[in-house]
Amino acid sequence: MSDYAVELIEVTKTFPTGKAEEIAAVDRVSLSIKPGEFFSLLGPSGCGKTTTLRMIAGFELPTRGEIRIHGESMGETPPYHRRVNTVFQNYALFPHMTVYGNVAFGLEMDRLPKPEIRERVSEALGLVRLPGMEDRRPKQLSGGQQQRVALARALVKRPAVLLLDEPLGALDLKLRKAMQIELKHIQHEVGITFIYVTHDQEEALTMSDRIAVMSEGQVLQLGTAAEIYESPASRFVADFIGETNFLDGEVESIRDGQATVLVDDALRLTAPSGAPDIKIGQTVTFTVRPEKISLHSGPTDRAVSGKIEEVVYIGTDTRYLVRVSEGSRLVARLQNAGSEDQAGFQQAEKVYLTWDPDVARILTK
Amino acid sequence: MRLWQNCSPRGRISARAEHRSRGPLIVVPAAIWLLLFFTLPLLIVVAISFAERGRAGGVKLPLVLTLEYYQRLVDPLYLGIFWSSVRLALIVTLACVLIGYPMALFISRVAPRRRNAMLLLVMIPFWTNFLVRTYALKLLLSAEGVVNNLLLGAGLVQAPLDLLFNNFAVVLGLVYGYFPFAVLPMYASIEKFDLTLVEAAADLGADLRRAFLRVMLPLTAPGIIASVILVFVPVVGAFITPDIMGGGKVEMIGTLINRQFGVARNWPFGSAMSLALMLMVVVGVIYYLRSSQEKERPL
Repeated sequence: MSDYAVELIEVTKTFPTGKAEEIAAVDRVSLSIKPGEFFSLLGPSGCGKTTTLRMIAGFELPTRGEIRIHGESMGETPPYHRRVNTVFQNYALFPHMTVYGNVAFGLEMDRLPKPEIRERVSEALGLVRLPGMEDRRPKQLSGGQQQRVALARALVKRPAVLLLDEPLGALDLKLRKAMQIELKHIQHEVGITFIYVTHDQEEALTMSDRIAVMSEGQVLQLGTAAEIYESPASRFVADFIGETNFLDGEVESIRDGQATVLVDDALRLTAPSGAPDIKIGQTVTFTVRPEKISLHSGPTDRAVSGKIEEVVYIGTDTRYLVRVSEGSRLVARLQNAGSEDQAGFQQAEKVYLTWDPDVARILTK
Repeated sequence: MRLWQNCSPRGRISARAEHRSRGPLIVVPAAIWLLLFFTLPLLIVVAISFAERGRAGGVKLPLVLTLEYYQRLVDPLYLGIFWSSVRLALIVTLACVLIGYPMALFISRVAPRRRNAMLLLVMIPFWTNFLVRTYALKLLLSAEGVVNNLLLGAGLVQAPLDLLFNNFAVVLGLVYGYFPFAVLPMYASIEKFDLTLVEAAADLGADLRRAFLRVMLPLTAPGIIASVILVFVPVVGAFITPDIMGGGKVEMIGTLINRQFGVARNWPFGSAMSLALMLMVVVGVIYYLRSSQEKERPL
């Protein structure tokens, strides 16, 4: 028995393009997913996350590489012999069957005795809070209810791993938020490994134990939500997850683990040098998240001065666009903790920006 | 102001009421057509079937009512021909569905541009006259035809095969002639079918066979039902194909009826047989539709 629920070893999937050069939808992806983990594959559309999921389910076979489920190499094992179940993007409920028929289908395929099927179906429908809906048809249900049926249909098989392909994509925002919490809750209850595909970074951050950020078939970064948000490994990851500031510059000096970046003639910014391979003179990107920046009306130690160009009130926060040098601007986000008339800074006001130097990052990719 | 008045609910309702009263007018041409060329001839056929036959065809005048020709229908000879026609039509229908379903599935899976080209290819035979096509098929299968020459040339057979003037030839001709009627409705059904559902079934533990039987087949059944009706109904009463491909050796209801109005000069018997066939088809189709609808609704 392996320590991992699912392992992907150098998995590559290419699709025939009709041309000589082939394009890899998934390019040498290696992942080790622990039992009971809520694992997300996050990336923009076309990044290979769905193809990766489909290979784990068995709908596609890897061109190269190996997939193991609980230590067992899958090879060409067809989907119906894998102990994984999928919640499909558009639910893929059987329209000619009732809710009961849909949920019971997988158990009937296993040729379980009728009383046991009945018991497990009602248990599964209870878990997704849909009792009493057995005789309805999928068409008679709302989107959220269909989603729950799809979930019950997959969970009733008690799979080793549950695969979810953007299951909340078709729901409206409020319902999506509620379902996020509920999915997480259900996962706790059943203790099954969840592999969750989404392009919604907020969804991934909220629910996941670990996230793999994918782009163009490759895993760019793998880590917990906090690791990926606080220490993005590349400009793509920093940009894809949340809002951030990017300033391009040249490394001027490295001292005591702190690198100073010369953005333009007047602007020098410091951040932990991080990766050991940073060299003086190298072109890098300096990044700091808007909510890490504080604004002051008077000069303080190590502050960067600037002039407010734009003030945008967005309810919980106010967003300030500050010009810090001729060609550089930083966005700062301040929480609206006080009452309305305590509103912070005005347009065209001169301000001083500070942040903990340890929260800034230098990106080389 | 005038615009507003026109749009007032009251204005709209009266306009709609006007529409409703005029609505039935649009079916008048069709109603006249059906009355003249369907209902009336049908009534004439009913009348003839109860009349005495005339010596040179037609009916004996003045009309004498008789049930003689209906009584003759239950003669084992004619019942046998009825039964063999039904059996032949069932074989043809089954063959059309079995060949047509995979073909419809294939067409629905290719790129949309090629899909239309393929559908066109299915329909192209309709552009030539049915008789011409059937004679062409006959030429292909004859003792000196292309098929036998190829088989002889390849050394697969020593003497030409008897491919014509038997049930096989009739079935082949009918399958060929009615195949497009089977493909098109099934294509319409399969094209709408979401293949993700087969993946979902496989995901839940169904192998291909069970995924097909439990999910794809019931959901594409409406197309199959339409195909079955569109093929079976004309085939069971067909007379040109059995006549040409059977060479007088294969008797079907259609050829039998045709003969009553031709050489046999027995119009009343032909009419009685036509009505019996019609009744059988109508009852059969209604029963078939009823039972297949029930099957579509499992618990």
